[in-house]
Amino acid sequence: MTAAVEAHNEHAVEVHHAHAGEHTWTDKKYVMVAIYLAIMTAVEVGLSYLHPSFAPWLPTVMLIAIMIGKFVTVVLFFMHLRFDDKMFGRLFWSGLILAVVVYVAALTTFQLWSS
Amino acid sequence: MSDVLDTVTDSGHDAHADHGHADVEHGAHGSSGLSNNKLAMWLFLGSDCLLFGGLISTYMLYRGRVQRGPNPNELYNIPFTSVSSFVLLMSSLTMVLAVTAAGRNDDRRMRIWLCTTAFLGSLFVGAQVFEFRSFYLKGLGFTTNLFGSSFFTLTGFHGVHVTLGVIMLLSIVGMTLRGKIPGRKAEVVELIGLYWHFVDIVWIVIFTLVYLIPS
Repeated sequence: MTAAVEAHNEHAVEVHHAHAGEHTWTDKKYVMVAIYLAIMTAVEVGLSYLHPSFAPWLPTVMLIAIMIGKFVTVVLFFMHLRFDDKMFGRLFWSGLILAVVVYVAALTTFQLWSS
Repeated sequence: MSDVLDTVTDSGHDAHADHGHADVEHGAHGSSGLSNNKLAMWLFLGSDCLLFGGLISTYMLYRGRVQRGPNPNELYNIPFTSVSSFVLLMSSLTMVLAVTAAGRNDDRRMRIWLCTTAFLGSLFVGAQVFEFRSFYLKGLGFTTNLFGSSFFTLTGFHGVHVTLGVIMLLSIVGMTLRGKIPGRKAEVVELIGLYWHFVDIVWIVIFTLVYLIPS
């Protein structure tokens, strides 16, 4: 019985290692991702100086969209969540979503959005 | 009888110690086949989201409440903070290059990229100290107003995270030089890499919500 469990565990470890070895990104691809992130940061800084009278909310919406894009890019590619086991992603995204829901609810209680 | 018992006990201890050593060498894995260390790190990062979520929310709530002292618009130097943000962003690139070098067993490049990451992280912390000092000279202390206390707490906590990351990076470089790295080298570097990238993504959020979006 114990031998069977150990054999199962060893097989699972081998499968995981084989799966983890599937992604073989070159350094050049990581540099491309970094260039994209740098350009997005420059766009963000430029947007912060814009104050269009016709839509004063537009820069804020665009800044938040770019922020989310940069965040997800780092998590998926630099942190390898796109290539890694889904269990790691579940742990991280559940913590993040819980944090967002809890604090949006808390800020709503304090009427942040109407101030 | 006593001798026999001692022998059995000793061999039992040895077997247990060997098993534990093997776990450390190969990175302990559960029945899922996933590394326990990596699972623990992702769980820690998921829970750290709650810590920074709380600090960011507190700042969002209090940043407009300036009864006395300077307000955010009078203090922030966006070009300066943009450069330090760029430095931290590039440290994520050097960190991922260190992780790939560790995966290839290229120790020399791994150490170069780890040291570069530590250097960029130190630059960022230095810039933050400079910024704190300039804010203090302009009249914003920790207890001046609610904006000041929430700002210093949020960015200070982040700065502590970066500082701890720099210490971990330099420690791992020292351990690889002495050949005393615990467990699988590639996994240890990857775990520190995950922590470092997390510090970077937290700054991506802070930079946008705190500095770029007007109060």
